[in-house]
Amino acid sequence: MTDLTKLTLAEARDGLAKGDYTSVELTEAHLKSMDAHRNLNAYITETPEKAIEMAKASDAKRAKGEAGKMEGLPIAVKDLFCTEGVQTTAASHILEGFKPEYESTVTSKLFDNGAVMLGKANLDEFAMGSSNTSSYYGNVINPWKDKTGKDLVPGGSSGGSAAAVAANMALAATGTDTGGSIRQPASYCGIVGMKPTYGRCSRWGIVAFASSLDQAGPMTKTVRDAAIMLGSMAGHDAKDSTSAPMAVPDFEAALSGDIRGMKIGIPKEYRVDGMPEEISKLWDEGVAMLRDAGAEVVDVTLPHTKYALGTYYIVAPAEASSNLARYDGLRYGQRVMDEGDSLDDMYMKSRAAGFGKEVQRRIMIGTYVLSAGYYDAYYNKALKVRRRIYEDFATAFGTVDAILAPTAPSAAFAIGENEGDPVKMYLNDVFTVPASLAGLPGLSLPTGLSSEGLPLGLQLIGKPFDEETVLRVGGVLESAANFTAKPAGQEG
Amino acid sequence: MSSLDKETVRRIAHLSRINVSEEGLSELAGDLTRILDFVEELQEVDVEGCEPLTSVADLTLPLRKDEVTDGNIQQKVLSNAPMTDAGCFVVPKVVE
Repeated sequence: MTDLTKLTLAEARDGLAKGDYTSVELTEAHLKSMDAHRNLNAYITETPEKAIEMAKASDAKRAKGEAGKMEGLPIAVKDLFCTEGVQTTAASHILEGFKPEYESTVTSKLFDNGAVMLGKANLDEFAMGSSNTSSYYGNVINPWKDKTGKDLVPGGSSGGSAAAVAANMALAATGTDTGGSIRQPASYCGIVGMKPTYGRCSRWGIVAFASSLDQAGPMTKTVRDAAIMLGSMAGHDAKDSTSAPMAVPDFEAALSGDIRGMKIGIPKEYRVDGMPEEISKLWDEGVAMLRDAGAEVVDVTLPHTKYALGTYYIVAPAEASSNLARYDGLRYGQRVMDEGDSLDDMYMKSRAAGFGKEVQRRIMIGTYVLSAGYYDAYYNKALKVRRRIYEDFATAFGTVDAILAPTAPSAAFAIGENEGDPVKMYLNDVFTVPASLAGLPGLSLPTGLSSEGLPLGLQLIGKPFDEETVLRVGGVLESAANFTAKPAGQEG
Repeated sequence: MSSLDKETVRRIAHLSRINVSEEGLSELAGDLTRILDFVEELQEVDVEGCEPLTSVADLTLPLRKDEVTDGNIQQKVLSNAPMTDAGCFVVPKVVE
């Protein structure tokens, strides 16, 4: 029998429908792969018993002719989604042992559609990071190796999700993206990752980081898989007032393979100083592929691009400082308290012990920029620049259907690199943050290899709620790039 | 514009309700200053007449009926609390 872990989501779906194998067989194959790759630390909590139970229920459902869109397909769930009765940590010590009494809307939808959960994937603590090195539960290791063979980061924050898919420890995974947390790890691990439009998926039950930016999305092996999975995650939810009351299109049907006459914008401001030659080349090759497919490629300008990171590193920490105020050692999570301590002492000790360094830094920056005397100079100013960035995109989309740019300024780097200087780490998100600030859909897909043999991704950015165009162009780019490289041990 | 001193960091740490050691304050002063220096470039952007963008969701927030939609889940509410007693969360003494 073929190795079931090497199937795409679409192939597995079709194989299950034909009766080539059962969900239990598919799930067992993935559990075995999880055993074999435990050194990558992609999962914080594995749920093998629950997985088998869900797979059995799914096979029974299929036998009754009631197969859903994700029926029987085993996936990893980023440990930022609350899962009923299953520990949900956000990769933080402060939530260690937390077992939600409810299920997030996105995971509810996936499970209602038949998906099987293999476990909870590792991430940067509270999704704050670009390397998955801030998790309390340890670093995730990228299944790809460069020529030296040293351990590389998978990117972040959805690093466990990306590594799990790349190493065939899940057919697909959920991710969340606040400033690039789906797209950047997808690029580093050679997989597809899509951040939908803000409001496309409900945020209810996802541990909040920056509420005006957070958005769930699929991390998959192919563009088609992303379309399938997004269709199952998306949709209006009365429990999230920012979720859009719009019908969910048939995303898979958007993959027509025809982009003739479409206009693709190339933002000149993304050609930043010091951009590595191989990233420039990758981008140029992508342009040529889309042109060959019949698209018209035009230059566009997004003049405020250089201010996006600065804006993000005010807005996101400000929202985080407010969202993370809920971790008070009282209602859930860790409590640290000594005899005779006041309420304040308890708050301060619990939060000092429960939050890691980067989370503490961001809470404090956020608190500072929101504090009396600095609110206008920092926070309000950032919100105004955010509007400028939003307007830049709106103007560009007056003439183009989608925008093509690199996903990240480099391939995956070694664990430990870029540590020690928070700002240096932030620069990994330079190409993903602008679309996040503007709430736009973005898709990263692997299109080439670096000189070190590591995957590099290109990113397509679309108009609000036009994921269909992004997926259509992505499908064409995917076929043209024909990226078939796999990490060592996953070939074939 | 902003080089944060130790006293300012102490104040921010308190506002954030995070205990920070003396040496931690110095390290944070450096880190936070570096982040603030980095975001300083926003000051050069002309935002004359520009309204702050608080949400990209171009939606009118819907109203719902003001009614009770759940309840009787005391056990669920308390199930993850570090300390409970008689169906309540336990907090340190706040009134002398």
